[in-house]
Formats: sequence, C-alpha cells, structure tokens
Amino acid sequence: MTTLVEMHDIHKQFGGVAALDGAELWLEAGEVLGLLGHNGAGKSTLVKVLCGAYPADRGEILLDGQRVEIRNPRDARKLGIETIHQTLALADNLDAVANIFLGREIVKWGGALDQAAMEHAGRNVLARLNPNFTNHHVPVGSLSGGQRQVVAIARAIQFQARVLVMDEPTAALGPAETAMVGDLVRRLQSEGMGLIIVSHDLHDVFSLCGRLTVMKTGRPVGHVRTEDVTQDDVLGMIIAGRMPVQTRAARV
Amino acid sequence: MPRGLGHRRPGCLPGMKPGLLGTLGIDARLAALLGTLAAIWLGLHVLTDGIFLTPRNLWNLASQTAVVGIMACGMVLVIVTRRIDLSVGSIAGCAGMVIAVLQVEVFAPGTWWNPWLTLAIGLGVGAAIGAAQGALNAWLAIPAFVVTLAGLLIFRGVAWLLTSGRTVAPMDPTFQLLGGGFQGSIGAAASWVLGALGVAALAWLRLSARARRQRFGFTPRPLWAEAVTILLMSGLILGFVAVMNSYNRPRTDIAQGISIPVLVLIGVACVLEWLARTRRFGRYVYAIGGNPEAARLAGVPSARIIVAVFALMGFLAALAGAVATARLNAGANSTGELAELSVIAAAVIGGTSLAGGSGTVVGAVLGAVIMQSLDNGMVLLGLPSALRNVIIGVVLIVAVWADALWRRRAGGARGGEA
Repeated sequence: MTTLVEMHDIHKQFGGVAALDGAELWLEAGEVLGLLGHNGAGKSTLVKVLCGAYPADRGEILLDGQRVEIRNPRDARKLGIETIHQTLALADNLDAVANIFLGREIVKWGGALDQAAMEHAGRNVLARLNPNFTNHHVPVGSLSGGQRQVVAIARAIQFQARVLVMDEPTAALGPAETAMVGDLVRRLQSEGMGLIIVSHDLHDVFSLCGRLTVMKTGRPVGHVRTEDVTQDDVLGMIIAGRMPVQTRAARV
Repeated sequence: MPRGLGHRRPGCLPGMKPGLLGTLGIDARLAALLGTLAAIWLGLHVLTDGIFLTPRNLWNLASQTAVVGIMACGMVLVIVTRRIDLSVGSIAGCAGMVIAVLQVEVFAPGTWWNPWLTLAIGLGVGAAIGAAQGALNAWLAIPAFVVTLAGLLIFRGVAWLLTSGRTVAPMDPTFQLLGGGFQGSIGAAASWVLGALGVAALAWLRLSARARRQRFGFTPRPLWAEAVTILLMSGLILGFVAVMNSYNRPRTDIAQGISIPVLVLIGVACVLEWLARTRRFGRYVYAIGGNPEAARLAGVPSARIIVAVFALMGFLAALAGAVATARLNAGANSTGELAELSVIAAAVIGGTSLAGGSGTVVGAVLGAVIMQSLDNGMVLLGLPSALRNVIIGVVLIVAVWADALWRRRAGGARGGEA
C-alpha cells in the first residue's frame, strides 16, 4: 500500500528566518499522527504548507506516491486535504451553513446559490457532530467556542476529505467537547481517513495518536510509535531535541 | 427536525428571538429604518405646514435621491469588504464630463446613436477607473483610502482638464430623459404595470423559496405570515406608484409616474440586492469583510472580488454622473463634488458598518432617502445650507451611535468597530 501523504525536505523562509529547514512527515490512511514541538518549532507552518496557506520554498509533497503541487488552499482542498485551523478561520458575520460551504457553494442552474440544499446538507453534518446544534441562522461570531469548533469541523468533513489536519483542536474546548473531538477522530480514523493532530497537550496526543513526529527549530527530531515511548521520552524530544535512547535507531 | 428556527433568515441579528418581525421574515433593522423615515416625514410635514408630504414634493424627493442612492448601493459592497471609495464624486464628475464632451463636441449631435454610445463610453470609463483602483488595492496592497483619495484628486483634475474648466451644453434631448425633468417620466400606465410586475415578482420569490424549503423538509414560515409580509410589501410598492402617479406635469393633468432616474435607482438596487444575496460574488464580498484570512483559506479569490467590487462602484459612480449631467443638461465641473461624503453617510445611516462585514443595499437606499428627506425638508423650512450641514452631521453621528447601541444589545458583534 502506498503512503497517503509524504512531505520531504520542506523549506520555508519568512524574511530571512527559516521557519522550516528540511521538515518531513508521512501519514498512512487510517492513521492518526501527532505533530509535536515547542512554540516556534514549525509544526503549524508545516501543516500550513500542506493545506496551501503558505506555499513551500523548496521540498516535495507526495499524495498516494504521486508528486503534487499545492500552491493555494484551493489546490489542497481539491486533493482532499482539509484543515481545521487553530483560529478556526470562520467568517464571524456569516451563519454556520454559509461558513461550511464557503468557497464551495452549491449553486442552482444559472449560478444562483442553492440556499435550501446547502442548509439541508449543513444541518445533516452539524447534527452528526452535535445533535443539540440548533443555531443554524445566527452569525457564527455569536456562538460559543465549542459551537464554533463544531462548525469548523463540519466544514472539514462535509466534503469527503482523505486527509484531515487539526491544528490545536482542543485548545479552546471544555471536557465534554474535547471528548466529542476524540470520538470524532476515532470514527474518522476507522473510516480510513488520515489525520494529523498538531497539539501541545501530551495527554490528548497519547490517547489519540498512533505515531508521533516531533519537531524543533524547523527540523524533525524524530518519528516514534506512541506505544514505544513514555510522555517523559516525548518531553525530552520536544525540549532537548534528542531521541530517547532505546528507540534512537528505530525509524518506524 | 431541530426546533423551529428554520424560518429565520440570514441577516437577522444574532441573539434575537424570532419575534413578530422574525416570523414575518422582515429584517428588524430595515423595519427600524423605515420607522425612522416615517417619523422624520411626519415631523417635517408638521413643521412645513403640510407641504412635505405632498405628491409634488415626494416626487421631487425621489428624483433628488437618485444620484446619491445609485452610488450608495455600490458603496455598501465596498465598505462591507472593509474598504472605502473616496473617489466616487470625482468619477461621477469625470464620466459626466467625458459624456458631455463626446456628445456635444466630438460625435455628430442629433443622431439617434449619439446619446447611447456616449453613455456607454462614459459608463465604461467609470468601470475602468474603478477596476484600476481596485487592482492597485488588491494586487499592490495600497490601502483603498489612499488609492481613492488620489483618485478623488486625479479624476476631478482630469474632468477640469478635458475642457479647461468650460461647461459643456446642451445635452442631447434623449439623453436628458435620464435626468428626469419635464419629459423624463414613464407616465401612469407604465408605472402601474411596473408596480404590478414588482408585486408579482415579490410574491413569486417568497413563495418559491418557501416551496423549496418545504421540499427539503424545513419548517416553513406560517402561511399567514408569508401572506402578511407580501401584502405589506405590496402595499409599499403600490403606494409608491400611486404617489408618483398623483403628481401631474406642470400645467397639465397628465400624471408623471415614476421618473427615469428613480427607475434607474430601483433597477440598480434590485440588481445589487440580487448579486449580494443570491450569487457567490455577494457571499464572498461578505466573507472577505467578515474575516479576510478565513476567506483566503477557504479558497475565495479575494483579489478578483475586490477588483470587481471597485469596478462595479466605478460603473455606478459613472451612471450617477450621467444622471446628474442629464439633469443639469450640461457637463459641469461641479458635478459630483463632495458626493462621496453624502454617499458614505447614506450607507452608514443605512446600517453599513465601517468595520466591514455587514450592511445591506436596501438599507443604503433608505439611508439616502433619509438624508435627502432631511435636506429637502430643511430647504422647505428655509434653513441656510450651513445649518443644514450641521444638522445632517449630527444625524449621522446619532444614527451610528444608535446602530452601535443596538448591535451591543443584540450581543452579536465580536471585534471592535474600526
């Protein structure tokens, strides 16, 4: 089986500062990958390259073993790569359905927006995530943090994504909503989607991810299976940038 | 089915209970504007000893509103994208002068094609200027304030240079119809036909949207509510036609009917509402205003949308300039001077937030009517123009303050006002 996503030797500079300096990751279908690192380690930048927000200066992205060009968010979405950004990237003045379909509106013959069809599909996907979600017609700016997160997730899973990137998915959530995100991750995983979770929360990462990629200063520290390491080992990788001794050789 | 909020429309304020207006599907904000307008009209009617609310004055008021109203429709979209266009008055003046010079001094006067061709060229010039300004903003990232401030100076200057400051007259008789005037109305019969078409279109739009929502299994708005809404709005349309028809041409008993500049304004407002509500273009305009970064990450072609918005604004400024030129029966250097301020004020009074992301075309038209009503009424009262400006300035501040209060009470807007 070919690997779903591979990113090799990715470089990205911002005004002379190298945010990514040979970063890499790979992801199988049905796998949940945790992407870890300090603030400024480059993990958000790396996933932004994958989702087209920043095109890479140099490097290679493969999807199903085929080299692909991702120059903008549209390219990424066409390839089935969906992203839930840390900021959620919602237009606060639009309602939930308008946000879910933003950039991919359903139109009727002649190009008019098909509001009813979008609302129908939008309500379905929202109900799947949270049956109590009823604020379909208020601007998302007036929703709670958890509800906004639901809208952002709904947007990502509405369009048969193959790869789902979640940047700090639980940072703004309460316990119940965090559990909801956990259930969702496991369900999507069982449907064969590949997920990348960028997170600070080691507890979340250990409970959800099968494999971890740790970054420091734009470079990979290493890739380990969650079952082979302890949280202390991973902390060592994040802080000191060193592989734990017993797994140093094991590139999984 | 989730509990029945299915009939709430986008555009309703956040956090509001679906009260009577919600059930009727009428934007509460527009209703508030209409109420304000009614209060102003009644007040002025009393103050002017019954001159204000006469067919003659209302007919004039409608025609006077056209120039600013046409531009205010476009300005809403510009402001919704978090931008501003200060050049609209100058574009109107420049396009008006281009039309006048071509019509009177370049092409053969008196031919049937002259007014049409010159109008088309003028509108094209306006759209091109707007597109160029939009491109400077979108692709070179020069702030719209600066680009259009430069445009204000440049195109006012260009208009002057075209004739070294001369006024060009007279305009073609057909072209003059665009400005209204003695002949520039469509008469009673055509006005009633248009009114009836408007009512039919309204009923069809509301009922077909209702049928479609039912087909998808949403709780529809109750039928009585739909009927009440259609009746109310039809009443407004037909009442407007009746007033326009009860003003006769001076010294005749021929009814004027809707004047052509007012017709142009109605047409512009309908097209822009349609663009804003039912097209991707409109959706993207609001998304860019709500969160530019989110729009970009969603794959919205922001730069192209911005250029299109400014091109549309330039086109409408040129159209307003053509109407003003036709009305004045001359290409003059003062055409459109300071219009940018009235246009922006109309949009803001109509509920457009300068922070971007919110505002409606219909609201801006109502804003233009409110401003023009105040001005018209104060002229009837014989107030000097300096005092009129003071009062309109105060009204602008009160309008924005009331709007901010209301938003806060409704508890929606995140992020501060710019």
